[in-house]
Amino acid sequence: MRFGVVVFPGSNCDQDCFWVVNRVLKQSVRYIWHQEADIRGLDCIIIPGGFSYGDYLRPGAIARFSRVMKSIVKFAKRGGLVIGICNGFQILLEVDLLPGAMLPNKNLHFICRDTYLRVENNQTPFTHLSSAGQILKMPIAHHEGNFYITIDGLKRLQDNRQIVLRYCDAYGKVDSEANPNGAIDNIAGIVSEKGNIFGLMPHPERSSEDILGSDDGLLIFQSIKQWAKTR
Amino acid sequence: MLKVEIYITLKKTVVDPQGLVIKHALESLGFANIEQVRCGKIIILHLSLRSKVKAVQQVERMCKRLLANPIIENYRFKIKK
Repeated sequence: MRFGVVVFPGSNCDQDCFWVVNRVLKQSVRYIWHQEADIRGLDCIIIPGGFSYGDYLRPGAIARFSRVMKSIVKFAKRGGLVIGICNGFQILLEVDLLPGAMLPNKNLHFICRDTYLRVENNQTPFTHLSSAGQILKMPIAHHEGNFYITIDGLKRLQDNRQIVLRYCDAYGKVDSEANPNGAIDNIAGIVSEKGNIFGLMPHPERSSEDILGSDDGLLIFQSIKQWAKTR
Repeated sequence: MLKVEIYITLKKTVVDPQGLVIKHALESLGFANIEQVRCGKIIILHLSLRSKVKAVQQVERMCKRLLANPIIENYRFKIKK
């Protein structure tokens, strides 16, 4: 399976993603510079975290218009697997591949800490190796992770089972106390209607090896690998 | 040349954490009677255009395509000579 990791000016989790795919998952991977249009031959695109174009105007607002994103939109609309992590999630929202928008964290702080996440949908290409309701530990590191969507939009996400991860406590309880950033309905990650596009604020690439304090994030990458094998 | 001031604010239905903090700070400084504080951004453009009509069309397109996120933000602008 061949992965591509997008690199924007300001990306800073690109090397972590590359490392996990290459050294931990042991799959083929290459970087895709933001000015590249040719992404043929890739099976899964990772849009990593960071501060693309300095996060100027709004996170993801400028990255949206890059050459590589035009190709990624086409790739995604044909059913290709795309995962956007943190800033990557913000870009997927700005480019309209996923519904909703990000607001600054409710407490206005940049939050960098471990969070617990409950798997709300384990029937996606990105979570099918987890059990329903499984609790994963992964870190977040962002200033704009306060996911917002209209009430109608939220209902559509719920009805279509597009909510994949929600912030919870260590025992799986989802409530406002376990919500680090004010995200509506404790949403930490969602998929597109067809399920092939995944956006999440937590960092699976920073929690894919024991030495980092958790390897729960590896489940996401392993799910992708396994999914591709069976197609 | 035309000068354009674009004001971008969060929609009324969207909670504005910055506005809330500013309100709290003003109150703790002793300013009373503050009903609400909303915080936004202003973008100033200088256009090498004479026609205000053309400028309005262009700025509308800029706001829709890039400057504002229609899901959470409203925009309005003033054009000055």
